[in-house]
Parts: sequence; structure tokens; C-alpha cells
Amino acid sequence: MVAPKRDYNAALLLEDGTLFWGRGFGYPTTKVGEVVFTTGMVGYTESITDPSYRGQILTFTYPLIGNYGVPLYSDVDQNNIPLNFESDQAQVSGVVVSELCRAPSHWRSKKSLDSWLYEEGVPGIEGIDSRELTKKLRVQGVMMGVLAVAEDKIDVEDVRRLLASAKKYGEQDFVSVVSVKEPIIYGEGEHKVVLIDCGVKYGIIRELLKRGLKVIRVPYNTSVSEIMEYNPKGVLVSNGPGDPKICVKTVETVKSLVDEGIPMLGICLGLQIIALSLGGDTYKLKYGHRGQNKPCIDLKTGRNYITSQNHGYAVDPNSIDKSGLDIWMINADDKTVEGVYHEAKPILAVQYHPEASPGPYDTTYIFDMFAQRMEVRSHTT
Amino acid sequence: MLSFGGQTALNCGITLSKRGVLDKYGVKVLGTPIEGIEATEDRDLFRKTMLDAGIPVARSAAAYSLEEAKKIVDELGYPIMVRVAYTLGGRGSGVAFNEYEFEEIVTRGLMSSLTHQVLIEEYIGTWKQIEYEVMRDAYGNGMTVCNMENILAMKVHTGDNIVIAPSQTLNNREYHLLRTAALKATEACKIVGECNIQFALEPNSERYVAIEINARLSRSSALASKATGYPIAYIAAKLMLGYSLSELINKVTGITTAGFEPALDYVTVKMPRWDLTKFDKVTRNIGTQMKSVGEVMAIGRCFEEALQKAIRMLDIGKNGLVADSRHEPLVDPDKIEARLQRMTDEIIFDVADALKAGFTVERINKLSSIDPWFINKIKNIIEMERILRKEARKVASGDAPDLLRRAKQLGFSDAQIAECIGLSVSEVRLLRKRLNIVPVVKQIDTLAAEWPAKTNYLYFTYNGDTDDIQFRDVMKVMVLGAGTYRIGSSVEFDWSTMNMVWDLKNNGVEEVIVVNCNPETVSTDYDMSDKLYFEELTLERVLDIYEKERPFGVVISVGGQIPNNLATSLTAYGAKILGTDSVDIDRAEDRAKFSRLLDELHIPQPEWSTFTSIEDAKAFAKKVSYPILVRPSYVLSGAAMRIVWTQKHLEQFLLKAAKVSPEHPVVISKFIMDAQEFEIDGVCDGESVYIGAVIEHVEQAGVHSGDAIMCIPPQRLPADVQQVAVEYATKIAKSLRIKGPFNIQFLYKDGIVYVIECNLRASRSMPFVSKATGVNLISLAALAILNGKIPTLPRGDSSMTQVCVKAPQFSFMQLDGADPHLGVEMRSTGEVACFGRSFFEALIKALIAVGYKIPKPNGNILITVGGIQLKDRILNLTKELIGLNFNVYATEHTAEYLERKGGLCVKVLNKISEPERKPNILDYLVEGKLELIINIPSTSVLEKFASMLEDEYQIRRKAVELGVPVLTTYEDAEAFVEGLKMIHRGELKIPVS
Repeated sequence: MVAPKRDYNAALLLEDGTLFWGRGFGYPTTKVGEVVFTTGMVGYTESITDPSYRGQILTFTYPLIGNYGVPLYSDVDQNNIPLNFESDQAQVSGVVVSELCRAPSHWRSKKSLDSWLYEEGVPGIEGIDSRELTKKLRVQGVMMGVLAVAEDKIDVEDVRRLLASAKKYGEQDFVSVVSVKEPIIYGEGEHKVVLIDCGVKYGIIRELLKRGLKVIRVPYNTSVSEIMEYNPKGVLVSNGPGDPKICVKTVETVKSLVDEGIPMLGICLGLQIIALSLGGDTYKLKYGHRGQNKPCIDLKTGRNYITSQNHGYAVDPNSIDKSGLDIWMINADDKTVEGVYHEAKPILAVQYHPEASPGPYDTTYIFDMFAQRMEVRSHTT
Repeated sequence: MLSFGGQTALNCGITLSKRGVLDKYGVKVLGTPIEGIEATEDRDLFRKTMLDAGIPVARSAAAYSLEEAKKIVDELGYPIMVRVAYTLGGRGSGVAFNEYEFEEIVTRGLMSSLTHQVLIEEYIGTWKQIEYEVMRDAYGNGMTVCNMENILAMKVHTGDNIVIAPSQTLNNREYHLLRTAALKATEACKIVGECNIQFALEPNSERYVAIEINARLSRSSALASKATGYPIAYIAAKLMLGYSLSELINKVTGITTAGFEPALDYVTVKMPRWDLTKFDKVTRNIGTQMKSVGEVMAIGRCFEEALQKAIRMLDIGKNGLVADSRHEPLVDPDKIEARLQRMTDEIIFDVADALKAGFTVERINKLSSIDPWFINKIKNIIEMERILRKEARKVASGDAPDLLRRAKQLGFSDAQIAECIGLSVSEVRLLRKRLNIVPVVKQIDTLAAEWPAKTNYLYFTYNGDTDDIQFRDVMKVMVLGAGTYRIGSSVEFDWSTMNMVWDLKNNGVEEVIVVNCNPETVSTDYDMSDKLYFEELTLERVLDIYEKERPFGVVISVGGQIPNNLATSLTAYGAKILGTDSVDIDRAEDRAKFSRLLDELHIPQPEWSTFTSIEDAKAFAKKVSYPILVRPSYVLSGAAMRIVWTQKHLEQFLLKAAKVSPEHPVVISKFIMDAQEFEIDGVCDGESVYIGAVIEHVEQAGVHSGDAIMCIPPQRLPADVQQVAVEYATKIAKSLRIKGPFNIQFLYKDGIVYVIECNLRASRSMPFVSKATGVNLISLAALAILNGKIPTLPRGDSSMTQVCVKAPQFSFMQLDGADPHLGVEMRSTGEVACFGRSFFEALIKALIAVGYKIPKPNGNILITVGGIQLKDRILNLTKELIGLNFNVYATEHTAEYLERKGGLCVKVLNKISEPERKPNILDYLVEGKLELIINIPSTSVLEKFASMLEDEYQIRRKAVELGVPVLTTYEDAEAFVEGLKMIHRGELKIPVS
């Protein structure tokens, strides 16, 4: 399937009434979503397929997107995990860019971003002042929006009506949509780790496999007994989309796992779920942290790490006083919680993405720490 | 701190450390330790350090002799890269395609390396050249400020490359693969502070190699700093003092930390400015040896916009990439092919020509190694030109606003659009504004609008619809900077710009707005002024800014010739020029008007006239008698300005090298030989005049004032002559109602003082005069410009207790084939100034500062002089040199003359062109047996025989290549020998080298 060579009209309407007109690309359709932005300058294939972006219209603040085209899902690493994608499909509701590259150049590229999004059914808008949009989101906070892409004229009133009737991002359960339906097993490793999939990125699986582990990826609602039947050395609670408070079932499961005393690593949504399970609280950030340049400070060592982030919710540091969790890392800019550890149990959790993908690899050592806690020798290469 | 003064400071620090000086005085090196610096500078050590850290490097080996080098090339094969250790700007490095070239490069490299070491390396010219700027603190925290992609691949030195930040063709894996390697590599080299690391990445795999680390701030760091808004030098200094990355604040936001990585929401394109056509015998090819003298950086929200902006910023007479009626396109496919393979400074235009000639993107990529992404973008520009021409009528009548807007978004200037649609430039501007197609102002904030920014670091774009800032209604002044450094306009105008900014602030201006586009300058540091527009200095853009800002006025007198040339047109558009009225500027700039003024004031000037035909020019030349100075307005090849000695030469020059026609008039003036040249820098407030200094040139007239050694206060000019000049300057300043800085150039001969030129703007020498006299000329100029009265002060150089000498720095070494003699066309690329208790002390210090080595006692000196007249004068010098116990050698004719006329017995060295005759100059040069060469080219008519000139040239050239100092004027030689005498007598102490 190749995107037809047509000029599409496109409009992006925000909750506050702001309307951007632009040129459409990708698939001509109308989608509702929470409008967010990421400041990462590379990694659009990774971001677009990141399940954590489910239900969101993703704005790239970097103005030239699509430069290196889109490779095949079948380009995989030695463990058969796709090299350039974080799941098997585009997850975002829509894509917003200043300029779409229509003549990409890269040895791995097999199609343009335009064609790929067409195949994936995702609408895109280009030619808008994406910096102005970003500033609006920064000042007013992220908001719901509608991205309409059509061959014909777009009826703004239709779009307005659609937006007014749309369900809010925070009220929706995305995790059940993006999680696997049946367990999947990766790798041949001797030691097993259960991965509770709330919308896991392939990057996390890549890092676990690199350390010689056998990964059992289970649905978000798998019961404790099923998990423990695998006899895992540890459990990883993955990243994922939406408000963590929606994930009641997983929070319950994690609470029991804590009691089991099994080594655990939470990533992003995983951290929030662990905090909630221990009596902590979470809240929504005004416009989230999305990008690859986010400084985090390890409060124990004073070290500063550049991290990849994608989260709209955060743990309230005051809420975890009695949870047994201690704050391990904070965001150097706004001091939000970026990492916690349990005082008594082998539990670690980070708000950022140590698996990078997209982004810097500076914190992949988190997986080494996790592996060590599982008393598994690290086989990092 | 060793990392802020470039390679010179780094080398100096290493030497101080090696000789134990630092230890002796208990001096600590802050930042990267010496062993870390050595790990980056020593090729072998670097390689080992990288491999130990798991970072791949190119297959290579170091050699300390030609024999060793040959063994290595036998293994790796041709083409092969030769890199020289411990040099500036890759000096002496090169690619050898055969044995002959290899031997040449290696020999030269071994000579010029501080450690007599070269690196022989596999050829990776076709790979992508990617750089990262890395910051590291002393606690193991590292981050990259940004990365940069060199559009012309590894083939071309990054200093000569067209560079885009951030990289465009790297995907996430590659970007972060190299980023991780950058952090690992710099950790291995124990970097604390900032450094630049270069990688080569194979274009069709993830294979990469580390090329080098510059363990210091570099041209690339400055570029990265401007490209991101991240204050690299400031943060680096803090890190070296022991601060950690996380405790420092991002100055742009004021709240976020410095330990983050900037996210850009725009692209920047750096383009180099070459001045290769100023040098006869120098090819325009570019490669691994850096040849550019300056650069610009353009910011846009798409590549096409930034690229076309950058081309205009270069001030090379182009309105953008395309739509240039004066451009003579390449059409011959063979020629295009050759030019794509062997690039010149015109490569970007050649790519455009190739596309127009029907070359495919793939073919251009194959020939040039330029990534198809960039070629496709260039294609977009060409396509837009085609459509504009096709739809000319529709666009011109205002019926195609979308097309017009799209053209502006792709960086087309009004002038380019005018060319395509058949309107005048001002008509296009009017049309645009009527259709509300105007640019918007965007901020550079280091984090893509994620946090509120406090800076006013701004650029214009058509790819957006809302201004980032609101414009305040306060007392504002716009100051136009100088744009790219080039030969003839360099850091002196940045000094002027900055001093003007500060003094306008001191005098109550609430908001000083700087417009400039040179990333190497202080004036483009956003925190140096209230607002910085990193923008073009074109009329179109200056007006855009003026119309948005509505300032009290514009200062055009501190940025050199570019802003100065905008005076009349800015006035015509209703912009207010602060300082001298544009009508009066024109009276000084227009030769005819200025000449009339001088006549009215009874001030002598050399005879001159303007010509549109060769016949008239010949008649005039005959009347005033040769030599004459010829200044064509259009040059086909070679230097623009020339002294012409005979009618035959005049014909040759005007027929072959320049154009002469009604559209391209030629100015010819009588060249007064053996005249003393000098200048006055001053300031006038419309009524009173302040004379900063009378600046004496050491060389006679005929050496460009930018290349002359200068001295304050004057040493030879009689007081009454100085007085006459001061009176002339005062008269001219008052008649032109100058309000601001001015510079007047004079000649003195046979009791007559002539005025040759007057500039109503800051001059190259103003920082020199200000620093020598302690009175800042620009401070006074700021007062005058704001209609203040300048205080009554005595002549600035009247009470100096020291002598100050300014000497030019040349880059002949980097320019293959360049002839290091001095002439009317400026060729130096930098300068130094030194103080001394005497003229000679200051002179010797200045010459040492530009790289001259003082010959050791009993050292060998070669003298070779053309022309009887000059030989006469050199006789005494030779005697003195012999008296100082130097071994004097001479070429055959010079030696014969010295013996015949002076009874001096000097040894003869044979010409380079006769290598079989021994002893030969070349052998002596190569073996390092000559410590100084006095080679004074003949200027008289009779000896202009080609072969003789060629011999002289070869001596100068080889000497430069092998780092032997050459003096090429009698005055310089005389002053130098006088300095040697003082050293000999112990009156002058010089540092031991």
C-alpha cells in the first residue's frame, strides 16, 4: 500500500478553540486525542509506535520529520526484536509536524513517513507553526484536540461537535487495549523475568534479552498466582498509556507481588503503579515530560543523567512518606520524582525510560541493577 | 585554563608543562589534565585510548620518518590520508593519491609537526562527518550540547565544510550510538570542561570510527554554542573550577539546569567564507586542509530557508542559491562531473547547476558524497525557481499568494523573486506586504519552547505565523554588525560593534539591538546586548527588523563596509541612520564627489580618473606616467587591485583578468612610488574633532594597509608633516559633518601630504589605536552618534610612553601555492599588536607573536634581492648582518653584486629551479639550515622577466611551507636587522624558543 499522491486538507482543533490549518498527510481521517509534544530531535518511528502515546496526538517540536524515512518491521536485532520500532503498529492518534520530509534518505529506509502512516491509518498535519502550538500547550497545559485530514473541505463545526463529545484522555482505559492478550515468551535464558505488559516498549525487552534473561511478557491483568507459577527471578512492571489510577487491577497485582518480596523494576507507568500499590498518590503534570534531554539527579550519588522521558503523570513525593519507598532520583529541572526504591524490599522504579529508544543510553545500567538484584550475572555486551 | 585560547594556548600549556615550568611555580592546570590533552593530541596515544575504551578508529599508524610512512602506505594502499600531529587547523594534512603526493605531504607534515609525527590512515572521505560537542564535569557527568553534520562528508575539513546542526540524516540509533561513543571517548580522555569529537560514519551501515577529539573550545564549539543558545564557554569555565553540571543553571531559562541537552526547533546552517580569489596561483579546490577565513550561520525552520540565508550572509554577491542573472551556469557534463568530484568553494552552486543540467540526485551523490537528503532539498529550491518563472505574471499580479509565501518559506529573497517574476525588488516587497506575507520572529531558547525563555536571542522565519515576543516602545537603537570574517574585515569590527553596544547603554539607550550573523563573534552572544537578531545584514532583513522594532535609529558605522553600504538605501526607505548623514557618507564613498571635496579644501590627492574603455585608460596612464594603481569594479580572476607598470600589463590585465565597460568602470590612479603611507583614526561630533593617532606604516606605499606593519606613535614622519595631516583630517571631518568614527589614509612624498582615502566608519585600526592610547574611539563615537559633544582631548598618541606595533598574521602555509609577498591587495587573515619601550622592541615582539623565529647567533641567513636600486640599499644591511656574526648566503646575482660593490664575500646558494646545482636553496630549506630569508621582489620594470620572478616566488613559497621566516620588503628587513642589533647588544631580551 502506498499513500496516494494527493493534497489533503488538514485542521487541528484544540479544546481552547485554537484552530490550525495545514496540509494533511498519512491517512485521511478524523481522530480525537490528547495533544502533546515531544522535544526529541530523532526517533519518530520509535515514538509513533510507543504504546505510551496511545490516545494522543503527537507534536514533534523538531521541525523536519521523516528525514530518514521508515525501515521495515522485519529489520531486527540478534534477538529478533525490531530495531527501529517499539511495538508492531503506530500507536498515536495523529502526528503534527512543521515540515514532513517527502524525499527521505537512509540506507534502512523503505518508505516515506507519509506512506507508512497511510498504511497505519494515522492522520498527520504539516505546515503549521508547531512552536506556537507547543507554547500554547506549555502555557495552558495539554488538552484534548481533534486532527481532521480529508481530501475535501473540512467542516469545522463537525470537528467542534466531535471534540465536545469526546471522552477525556484521563478517563479512558488504554492499557487494556495495548497490552498483549496472551503471554509471549522471548529468549532462551536460564533465568526468567515476568514482564507485566501495560504497553511495553520493545526497548525494554531488548535490554532484558541483552542480559541473557528469558522474558515472559504477560497481559496487564495477569494474576499473582499465574505470575508466580512461572517461578520468575523478578518482575518488571512496564510503561504504558493513560492515568495510572485507571490500572486498578494491575495495582492490586503489584501490591501482592510486593508482599511476595520478589525483585521488581518499574518503568514509567510501572513506577506510578508501584507507588499507588504502596499507598502513594499520583497527579497529572501540566504538559508532561516528553523528550530525550531530561536531566535527572541521583540523590544518593549526586550524579546527573540525561534521560529519555514520556509521561504525563507523576508520583506525588509527599504521598509516599509511609509507603516504604524512598525518593531515589528527581528531575533536575522541576524536581518531580524520577526514581524510587524500597527501603526494605528489592524494588526499584524509574519514571524515565532507561531503555532509551528513542533517546540516550546513559541509564541502561538500571537493567544491570535489576539483573543484579535478581542475582543474575549480567551478560551485557 | 588551557582550553579557551585555541590550539595556540593548548600547545603553549603543553610546552610549559613538559618543560617543568608549571611544576616549578606550583601552577595547577584546571579542567582536562595534561595527560588527557596528550591523549587527544598524540595520534598514537589517541588511537590506543579509543581502542581501550571500545571506540573504533580508522586503520592507521603513526610515522616519524618518510621511511616509516612508506611502509604503512604499502599496507593500506592509495588513496591515503596523511594527518599531522600538533598543528593548527589541520595544517599540512592531506590526501595522497599517489607516491609522489605522499612523499610531498609526509615530508612537509613531519617538518611542521611539533612532534615530527604524521599519521597515515585509511581513506574515509566518502563517509559522513559527524561531530558532537561534549561537556563533562569533574564528577563523571557528561552530556552533549549538540551534534553537527558536515554536508560535504569527510572529504572536506569541517572548517571548510557546510555544516548543519543538528544532524539531518541520522536515525535514532545512529544519533545515540555516536552520542554514547562521544561520552565514552571523552571520559577515556579525562575531559573536564568542553571538547569536540569527530566521527566518520559509513553512509550505508552503522560502522563508524572516531577521528579526533579537540580537548578545547574550538570553532565548532562556538558554532554549537550559537546554534543551540547553550553558553558552552561559560559553563566549561565553571566546570573547570569544579562546579558540577547539575548545580549550574541554564542561563536561557534561568530555572532549569545546565546539565540537560538542548532541543532545537529550527535548523542552523554554517557556511564558510573563502577568499581564495585574492591569491594568485592558489586553486579554489577545497579538501582536508582548511582554507576559509570566516563563516556565517543561518537559522531557519527548514533547510532551504537556512541555506539560502547563509548564502546571502556570505556577502559574495549572491541573493540566494538560484535566480541570479550574473551566474554563469556550468552546462558541460564532463566539467560538472569533475567539479562534483573535486570540489571547489563553489560546490553548492555546482550541485544546483548539476541538477539543472539533468543530473540525477543519485549521480550527484555518487560523485560528491553529499547525502541525497541535501541534494533533494536543493532540488526543491530549483523547482521553486522554475515555478516562479513559469507563474511570473500570476505571482506579480498578486494572484498566487500561496506560491509567493512558499517561495519565502524556502528562503527566497525579494531580490530572487524579483528576478523570477520581472518586478523590482521594492515592488516585490510592497506586493508581499499587501498580501500580508511577512516573516515572524522566533526565539532560540535551548529547549524547543518547553520552558519559558528569558533571552532575546532571535531569528526570522517565514515558517511560522506568530511572533514569539512583544515589541516594547522604549528608546531603542539597532547596531548592525560586520557579518562574516573575511580578508579585510575581521574581529576588529566585532570589537567596534561591542564597544558601541556598551557605550550606547552607558549613554542611556534602553534597548540596544544587535544584528549580526557571524558565529565567531562576541556580538552574537545573546547576553551581550538587549536583543540579538542572528540575521542577514541585507537591506530586506534589516528593514524587516526595523519595521518590527521601530527603533530610534540604526548605527551603521561600526560593522565595516556591509552596513556602511546600506546607508543610502536604508535612508530611502525612511529608516533613520544615527551618526553621519547618509548624504555625507556618499560624499566620502563616491570617489568623484570626494575628489571634488578635496579640491575645494585644497588638499592634494594622487591624480585619478574613472574609465569605461581601455583606450581612455591607456591615454590617462600615459599622461600621469606609470606605475598606476588599477581598481576594476568587476574581476574575472585573481586579485582585484593591482599596480600596473607598463602599457602592456595594463592591456593584459584589463582584457584578461577584469572587465572594463560602461557597466563595469575601472578606477585608475597614479601610483606614487617610494612614498611614506600613514593614517589617522579619529572621531568627530559634527564640530570638534578628536585625533586618536597618526599611524605610521613601516612599509612604503604599495602594501595594503591591512598587511602593513603599523606603529604608534610615528617614528619617522616629521612633526610638521603630522601636523599638516591632522589639519587636513580636521578640515575633512568638519566639511563632511562627520558624527562618529572616521579613518583617513595619507601618503607623504617630497614634502607633500596626499589624501588617498576616507572612511566614515570604524576602521580596522581603531581597536589598535584605542588600546595603544588608552582612549576608546568607539566610546567617543557613541557620544557623537547620540548627538552628544565629545570632550576636548589632546591627540591620543601625543603622550604615549611606549611604542605600539601592529603586525599582520598570514595564512600562506594553508593556501597551497600562495605567494607570500606583500602588495596592494590585502591577504593577511589576522593581526597582533605589542607594546615596547622602543619601536624595535615592540616590532620584534610582534613578529615573534605572528610566528617569526629570531635567528640564532651564527645562524644562516639568505639574501636575495631583485633590482639594482634595492641591491644598493641591501648592501649596508648585509654588512650589519655579517657584523652580527650571521652567515650570510645569497643567490648568484645578489652575491656577485655584494662582492663587486661592497667587497663582501658571501656564500652562494643556487636557485630552486636548478636543483642539480649545489649547494641549493631547496636543500638548505628542507634540511632546516636557513633561519631567515630576506627576499625582496623586484618592482622595477626591466627585471620583470618571468623566470626571475618564478625563482623568487619559489624561494618564498618553499620557505613558507617549511616555516622559515621571510621578509619581503626592504623596510621590514631594515627594521628587523635593527632589532637583531639590539638583541645582540643585550638591549632587548627575547624569549628562548
